[in-house]
Amino acid sequence: MELFLVAMAMLLTGAVASIVATRAPKIATVCGVAGAVGGCLTGLAPTLRVLAGGDRLESRFGWDAAHGLIRLEIDPLGAFFLAPVFVLGAIAAIYGGEYLFAYRHEKRLGAPWFFYNLFLAGMATVVAARTAVVFLTAWEIMSIAAFFLVTFEHEKPETRRAGWVYLVAAHLGVACLIGMFMLLGSRSGSFESAWEGLDFSALARTAANPPYATLIFLLAIAGFGAKAGFVPFHVWLPEAHPAAPSHVSALMSGVMIKLGIYGLLRILTMLGDPALWWGPALATLGVAGATAGVALAIEQRDIKRVLAYSSMENIGLITTALGVALWGAAARLPLVAAVATTAVFVHIWNHAIMKGLMFLAAGSALHGSGTKDLEKLGGLLKRMPLTGGLMIVGGVAMAALPPLNGFIGKWLIYVSLFRGGIAVAGTRGSIALLAAGALALIGGLAAIAFVRLLGIALLGSPRSEAAAHAHESPLAMTVPLAVLAVLCVIAAILPAQIVQTIAPAIDQARGIAAGQTAIEIAKAGAAPASLGYFNFCAIVLFLGGFAATIVILRVRGIARGSTWGCGYARPTSRMSYTASSFAELPADHATPRFFRPKESRRGFEGPFPAADEYASSVPDPISERLYEPFFSSWADRFARFRILQQGNIHIYLLYILIVVTAALAWVSTRIPRGGS
Amino acid sequence: MAEWLDPLLILALALNFGALGVSRIRAVVNVVAAQGILLGVLPLFLHGGIGIRGFLLVATTVGLKGFGIPALLLHAMREVEIRHEVNPVIGFMSSLLLGAVGTGLAIVFARTLPLAPEHANTLIVPASLATVWTGFLMLTLRRKAIMQVLGYLLLENGVFIFGLLALEATPFLVEVGVLLDLFTGVFVMGIIIHHISREFSSTSMDRLSELKE
Repeated sequence: MELFLVAMAMLLTGAVASIVATRAPKIATVCGVAGAVGGCLTGLAPTLRVLAGGDRLESRFGWDAAHGLIRLEIDPLGAFFLAPVFVLGAIAAIYGGEYLFAYRHEKRLGAPWFFYNLFLAGMATVVAARTAVVFLTAWEIMSIAAFFLVTFEHEKPETRRAGWVYLVAAHLGVACLIGMFMLLGSRSGSFESAWEGLDFSALARTAANPPYATLIFLLAIAGFGAKAGFVPFHVWLPEAHPAAPSHVSALMSGVMIKLGIYGLLRILTMLGDPALWWGPALATLGVAGATAGVALAIEQRDIKRVLAYSSMENIGLITTALGVALWGAAARLPLVAAVATTAVFVHIWNHAIMKGLMFLAAGSALHGSGTKDLEKLGGLLKRMPLTGGLMIVGGVAMAALPPLNGFIGKWLIYVSLFRGGIAVAGTRGSIALLAAGALALIGGLAAIAFVRLLGIALLGSPRSEAAAHAHESPLAMTVPLAVLAVLCVIAAILPAQIVQTIAPAIDQARGIAAGQTAIEIAKAGAAPASLGYFNFCAIVLFLGGFAATIVILRVRGIARGSTWGCGYARPTSRMSYTASSFAELPADHATPRFFRPKESRRGFEGPFPAADEYASSVPDPISERLYEPFFSSWADRFARFRILQQGNIHIYLLYILIVVTAALAWVSTRIPRGGS
Repeated sequence: MAEWLDPLLILALALNFGALGVSRIRAVVNVVAAQGILLGVLPLFLHGGIGIRGFLLVATTVGLKGFGIPALLLHAMREVEIRHEVNPVIGFMSSLLLGAVGTGLAIVFARTLPLAPEHANTLIVPASLATVWTGFLMLTLRRKAIMQVLGYLLLENGVFIFGLLALEATPFLVEVGVLLDLFTGVFVMGIIIHHISREFSSTSMDRLSELKE
């Protein structure tokens, strides 16, 4: 545990050192990266020890100010979430060192590195915290640091808007969490010991009775869901992820949103047996989120927006699996619960790796070509072969297709749904089977979304000058990509070993004896070892075929022509598919009507028509139809209070004086008798 | 020792009226400084045995409230060359009257509070409320920015007196909290006064309404 504290100290030292050296971009970058990488590697040691051995590490300190206690602990569940924080944190830091250095002439680099290290320390402490006060403090540090990272390019109005939306969402979420902990604390004993009662182990001992447990569960879904991006709390995701620097988006999407799932899991371990309806409710929320996410991902023009919506989809899948797991636990179907919980955990790690890879690759494309607009990209594979090739690995994984790791979690969800559907007769069983169908549709749409992303960005001929002059990124940016791609392949080949490694965390989350999950998974016929062999063979076959093709082409010689020329004499990129036209078919026929893009067209008139105009836009339907009317109507109402704003400080002070006096007078009439 | 507490608090109340009643800024600064010194030594009378740490805290409080901050303010006055009249919104007589009404209300209100028996018979709570009230009056009824700082100091003195209640439980926290708050307040206000006087060549708060959007 001392090593964990040393890691936190290294992160903070790196943070402070980089802000001190902010005038020298090179030193600030070195300090920031060194602090982040050193802290992450140091923190990884105790994390791996807990994952390998399954024992817990703990440390506690008295604290004068915060009512008693700081208790930090690494248990298997925590170690499971710490691992991606540290691994992705270190990889993204190395990448970010190069990525941010390009801004050195325009901006000071101390602040982003300060907040990056603070962000990592906040996330790690969220996972290690074992008292509510420390948890909420770390949660807030994480959120605020992320806000400052998102608003790095604050001179752009859309970035300021993204930061604002994110900040509001984060604070509405944390308000729910504070309420949730207060409720948990109020159930855990007398008022005097309430502060010590906010220790997690004391909270876990409370047997919360049904109405309270339900309220706590709902508050946890709203509070943690705001961070994780559950529908309809997801609106900050597609704003904040594109606005943030790419290594930060990778970390936010790969790790931070998963901490919402972590919080939910942690609270669920405290609430005891779930009610029967919790699981189906959560699964419905998950399917809705996944559908919305993938439907909107297909239509976006901005690469990073596509990825953000895809994160929403994957969080939806994880939530679905969690819902199935809760349902399995409540309905006494241990096999279903075992497989579904394993799906949650496996997909969290896999998504962290592959979404990290995709965001970093998108950042590299942005770095090399200067744009992240799909309509302006094209032909990048020729100009940025390394980034492009690694992006294909990430894209295949993200599409959840068999040879790579994205498929494993999904396969486990299918197994759990089929198991549940077969085990339970009647309506509930058929709903589970229907959910499997819905997931298949979502999977198909995700595959289209990533075929579109890769095809439009990487293949064909460039659609703009910027894309035509794209250049490959330096090694400091491509090597982290390669590391993540290798991790993707390893996770695809060795799923059985990974499940074995994380089994203690799964056992802890389900609140059952150690080793139980492994037995149940084997019994359910869901042991992913065979999937690993299959993936290995498929990858070998593909690489062999690829090598053979190259050799044959070399031997035969290649006739060079223009890309996708289709036999025309002078083909241009205007003749090829655009990102929007590619999305047209699935968007018009396969996605729910609610999520379709808005189109406007002037059309042809008269015998000699003028040039036609066509525009389409894809606003987030939930933020456009739900939040914006709501907030703007309240803004109008509050505008009436403008009359109070007189611009004279004496009048403001008078307001305070009047309120304080009135409050005191009111209190004194409420207290029946003075003295003792 | 405890029998000295109430007379000292009455003295502090009298200094409140002094702060409202005098017309020269320098005199107000002196009054507030005197109140700071008085409050700084109050912990000595509160409970008999006081360790080396307590003594250090008393010394810091007296040093900051009685000498450091007033010196800073007098320096700021010289620096920006403001005129030495208080320049009130309403007259001194009315201010004093309002102060007296507030003090009376504070005593009445303190009686209604459910206090611990060892605090119920002291003047701590009424004195604290009355000082906060006086600080507020000064903030509302005086025009010059420097008087706002002084009003803020009085307000903090009131909070400090209230903190005496919690002194036995968490002495360090109370005092450090109060001192830190105070110091930041004065620091910020000092900077603001300086900048305003440079930008607008006036430190009268009335002129600030030009900044309203």
